[in-house]
Amino acid sequence: MINTSLKELSAQLVSKKISSVELTQTFLDRIKGLNPKLNAFITIDENKSLAQAKAADALIASGKAGPLTGIPVAQKDIFCAEGWLSTCGSKMLHNFVSPYDAHVIEQFNRSGAVNLGKTNMDEFAMGSSNETSYFGKVKNPWDLDAVPGGSSGGSAAAVAARLCPAATGTDTGGSIRQPAALNGITGIKPTYGVVSRYGMIAFASSLDQGGPMAKSAEDCALLLNVMAGFDARDSTSLEREKEDYGRDLDQPLKGLRIGLPKEYFAAGLSADVAQAIEAALAEYRKLGAQTVDISLPNSKLAVPVYYVLAPAEASSNLARFDGVRYGYRAPEYTDLADMYGKTRAQGFGAEVKRRIMIGTYVLSAGYYDAYYLKAQKLRRLIAQDFTNAFAQCDMIMGPTSPTTAFNLGEKSDDPVSMYLSDIYTIAVNLAGLPGMSIPAGFGANGRPVGLQIIGNYFSEAKMLNVAHQYQMATDWHTRLPPLGEGLGVRG
Amino acid sequence: MSLNLADVKRIAHLARIAVEEDEMPGYLQQLSNILNLVEEMQAVDTTGIEPMAHAQDVVLRLRNDVATEIDRHAAYQAVAPQVEADLYLVPKVIE
Repeated sequence: MINTSLKELSAQLVSKKISSVELTQTFLDRIKGLNPKLNAFITIDENKSLAQAKAADALIASGKAGPLTGIPVAQKDIFCAEGWLSTCGSKMLHNFVSPYDAHVIEQFNRSGAVNLGKTNMDEFAMGSSNETSYFGKVKNPWDLDAVPGGSSGGSAAAVAARLCPAATGTDTGGSIRQPAALNGITGIKPTYGVVSRYGMIAFASSLDQGGPMAKSAEDCALLLNVMAGFDARDSTSLEREKEDYGRDLDQPLKGLRIGLPKEYFAAGLSADVAQAIEAALAEYRKLGAQTVDISLPNSKLAVPVYYVLAPAEASSNLARFDGVRYGYRAPEYTDLADMYGKTRAQGFGAEVKRRIMIGTYVLSAGYYDAYYLKAQKLRRLIAQDFTNAFAQCDMIMGPTSPTTAFNLGEKSDDPVSMYLSDIYTIAVNLAGLPGMSIPAGFGANGRPVGLQIIGNYFSEAKMLNVAHQYQMATDWHTRLPPLGEGLGVRG
Repeated sequence: MSLNLADVKRIAHLARIAVEEDEMPGYLQQLSNILNLVEEMQAVDTTGIEPMAHAQDVVLRLRNDVATEIDRHAAYQAVAPQVEADLYLVPKVIE
């Protein structure tokens, strides 16, 4: 049951072969058994989940089931869910029980999906390794000494270890794709504006985008069908007709032009990752695709530009955490200014404080033009590179991450080195394009390798088709991590 | 771009984050390293390039001037650190 596709699970629910209560209980039991090893979940609430499962069973019995009715889905703790702790991985919100639902949560509730719990994440989604959560590090189920990637590492580890059939993530600079790659699962970051950010705790508003993480592209298509859609409460939500992201899954790939950016295959890419990506590209050629050499000349600027724009937006967004209306407040203070300063010093972790301070600096008088404005201009050049590239190809492919998962603690004391682990994913966020990562083999250390697929704006259905065809021809996405003897992971 | 301790103090003040004296050298080092990373941007000539604030050309939508939200005052205040008489309590600002 734990390795069954969402489509098949749905069929089994509708045919009454299983009930949603049974399915939900199975995953809750797995969480209880394996979460002490992985720390992938921050919050579970068995009663709430089972009540939703019971309601889903009633909906199925009445013949009104949709594709996700009764399916348990884990939610990244960045999404506010009414009545649930919604902490964003921070001490600042460690006691925040949301009084409302994010748009994405509303959509899942409407579909009859079951909220299986809230997954661990880097504090305020700031991190590439999932080591900055107030609730402790998440571990990679493929190797407990390795990071799961960040910031959606809790969701990725949970899906990889089959603690849930699917989960949500958010991607500001690669936070769906990088942990998907490092955990051997599939994740898609949609075009900016396709999934509403309402109720998604903001990090960098012009970059943040929610998306699904699951075992396969086919599963991701079903999830994206629920998550995507216009929402008037998010001023950047795009007014587009509802589409079926799974409509093209079975289309053949003959004639597909795959662009290979030379900058993504240069120095810094580890040999074993390069080898796995080359093998994946060879498989695509077998499927009828052709590869084209392209260039994204400004891609080396993506990391510097991101680390100006994202902290700038974060410094503004996180100004709301002041201990007045919700969340943590320092217990002792002398006056209002002291309360703000101490609350924020005690409530935020080191990485969040670093980024707020960088953001404050680049927006301060005298430095705005040199940093923030300059970065915005370079952002346009980076986006233009992709426009030029898509004149020569239909999809862009390359590695998601330059290496497989690194060891816990390996980069903790060196933020700049940590930032460079997102070198292949960040430009996609700056341009607002859709991108995804699919499992494509293993490195020399037995840790997963992810293939990144980048599409043109609104090409999610095509990307999912491109990913699905590869997954029909290979079995990397079905491989299970070697933990859980006696817990059914291998079974 | 290297900062000095006075810069770090000013930034911390602007960010409303209390930083202890013994933490200052650590912040100085880390913030300077990050600024050195982003310094690479300065080598590119961006004359005549339009800044890009958003990935999509978003236009602010207008809505009808009618109240659509229900009163959730109590629910929102229930999660506040300190409230009294429907008001959020903070330390006294004016004597």
